[in-house]
Amino acid sequence: MPNDIFVLAEHFNGKLADISFEMTGKAKQLAPAWGGNAVALVLGSGVRSLAESIGADCVIYVDDPALADFNPEAYSRVLTALVKQRSPRLIMIGNTSMGMDLAAGLSVSTGLPLIAYVNSLAADDGTLVATSQIYGGKIQAEAVPDGEACIVSCLAGAFPADAGKGSAPVEQIPSPMPLDNLRLKFVQLIEPQGGDVDITQQPILVSIGRGIGGPENIDLAQELADALGGAVSASRPITDAGWLPKTRQVGKSGLAVKPKLYLALGISGAPEHLEGMRGAELIIAVNTDPKAPIFDVAHYGATCDMLDLLPVLTEAVRA
Amino acid sequence: MNIIVPIKQVPNLIDELEINSDGTDLDHDVLQYVLNEWDEHAIEEAVLAKEAVGGTVTVIGVDTTGELDSALHTALAKGADKAAKISGDFPRGTDSHTQARLLADAIKDMAPSLVLTGVQAPDDRDGQIGAMIAAHLGMPYVGVVTSVQVRDGRAVVLKEYSGGVMAEFEAALPMVIGVQAAHQPPRYAPVSKIRQMAKTAKIDEIAGENGSGAGSTVRRMFKPKSAGHAEMWDGSPEEVAEKIVALLAEKGLLNR
Ligand SMILES: Cc1cc2nc3c(=O)[nH]c(=O)nc-3n(C[C@H](O)[C@H](O)[C@H](O)COP(=O)(O)OP(=O)(O)OC[C@H]3O[C@@H](n4cnc5c(N)ncnc54)[C@H](O)[C@@H]3O)c2cc1C
Ligand SMILES: Nc1ncnc2c1ncn2[C@@H]1O[C@H](COP(=O)(O)O)[C@@H](O)[C@H]1O
Repeated sequence: MPNDIFVLAEHFNGKLADISFEMTGKAKQLAPAWGGNAVALVLGSGVRSLAESIGADCVIYVDDPALADFNPEAYSRVLTALVKQRSPRLIMIGNTSMGMDLAAGLSVSTGLPLIAYVNSLAADDGTLVATSQIYGGKIQAEAVPDGEACIVSCLAGAFPADAGKGSAPVEQIPSPMPLDNLRLKFVQLIEPQGGDVDITQQPILVSIGRGIGGPENIDLAQELADALGGAVSASRPITDAGWLPKTRQVGKSGLAVKPKLYLALGISGAPEHLEGMRGAELIIAVNTDPKAPIFDVAHYGATCDMLDLLPVLTEAVRA
Repeated sequence: MNIIVPIKQVPNLIDELEINSDGTDLDHDVLQYVLNEWDEHAIEEAVLAKEAVGGTVTVIGVDTTGELDSALHTALAKGADKAAKISGDFPRGTDSHTQARLLADAIKDMAPSLVLTGVQAPDDRDGQIGAMIAAHLGMPYVGVVTSVQVRDGRAVVLKEYSGGVMAEFEAALPMVIGVQAAHQPPRYAPVSKIRQMAKTAKIDEIAGENGSGAGSTVRRMFKPKSAGHAEMWDGSPEEVAEKIVALLAEKGLLNR
């Protein structure tokens, strides 16, 4: 067991998240380097069927009412105890909203190093090499753990999901720690209020970021969207500021979109934004910074000022 | 209520980031530092909580830049009540594990009810500090939080999942929270107030020792070589607009 790779499977509303398959596929590829197994961990309540649909080498699941909804305190307790008991070589956790509550705390509670924001993992002659995407996607840092064992938190979409699909022998284990005296209580899920526009269904998105400058300029984007027959979407700072409703946000904590055309205006292209739009068929980016990471995923780009471009582009589309 | 906000200065991502001659780190000497964007939100949420239920807000940071005072003064001007800095021989870009340990040791002595950190930072390669501080202090942690409401010694927080779904959690204080966004946009501090703080505010200084590091070693730092790069169009906005329209027409994306 000390050479196993643990993958914390993530699930929500009775469905496994893609990241679970992505990490499992990678774990299966890496496990032979250390002669261990790719072991998926499923924590939840009534999750046997989920456990049965992961293509790891084997799947361990803990079924407990206290794990029915994600609770970082309960998850942390279970994970810490399992890692201490079974000493895996590598623990893979998603750098997702859920995983971000767990990985760093687990690093402290187990004394194992954490390499975060990982988008590439390899075994180089038995040594784990993990590459982190940091500084808003502008820098890659390739690192090796100082000891043998390590925790990594993996970016969504970093590895192909198909390799982790399938099924494997499953084993149910009791919670290794009592979960009856939690201080943190899950209360409820709150679904988003239906927005005026469903940006996931729009063929054309004029998407604006902080480069828009202020709420007074949003009309310029709306006029272009109208001319193109599309809708206006945005990066997070725009919805955080309340300039557009939350339902217009593209990215990790917003919506994933796949329009025929994604016009990214004044968006730097942070990993959390790219997560929601890199699948668009045609991406055109306009950003005054020629080094902005958005140009790495865009098909076409220009470095002019979006506020100068917007009115002339709207005119040209209308012409 | 005793609210602690650990803050951190990070390289300004607007600047060109250069790699050092070893190729293992940024060239920190040429960088400008700014307050981590998510810390701005943590400060705001802390001040909002204090305004709602009373108490004090203490901002604290590990001084890795020698310039932390200015960030502390700004936080005081925005409504924090006390400021502290952990000083020692800390290099720029000191790892999260070291900073979390130093912060947890200092915060433990402050009897916190609520610790609000930024949810992440652009440079926390070895993980987010908030969850580490929570583990050191033995407190529950929830991150990616966009709203904190305190009443009767309990906190109700909203955590964001994807697609705009939120989870509501409740905990008896103390707890640690990783703030993604304050429930109101962060306020600005008038420059005159920041200047006044710089003249009058007292910053508590706590001596700290450098830690044992991140537990991993960077072999190579590099700028991403993307699989592709956009085909770039030069020219005036008019010329760029023309090229965009021509491309859309070619792809059948103009509904004319
Ligand atoms: C847990 C978590 C979840 C997140 N979820 C999301 C998410 O769902 N969606 C999301 O977008 N972000 C998300 N973020 C935030 C993300 O990290 C970035 O902060 C955000 O995407 C940046 O938005 P931006 O590109 O608009 O702003 P910036 O990064 O500030 O970029 C603005 C860009 O505009 C350019 N610019 C400025 N003026 C002009 C001009 N006049 N003309 C042209 N260009 C100009 C600048 O060069 C710059 O590149 C999340 C972060 C976390 C921690
Ligand atoms: N009213 C304000 N008071 C204080 N600081 C501000 C204000 N407006 C903007 N700032 C800050 O000053 C910097 C320059 O802002 P601006 O000149 O408005 O683009 C930005 O980084 C803002 O954080």
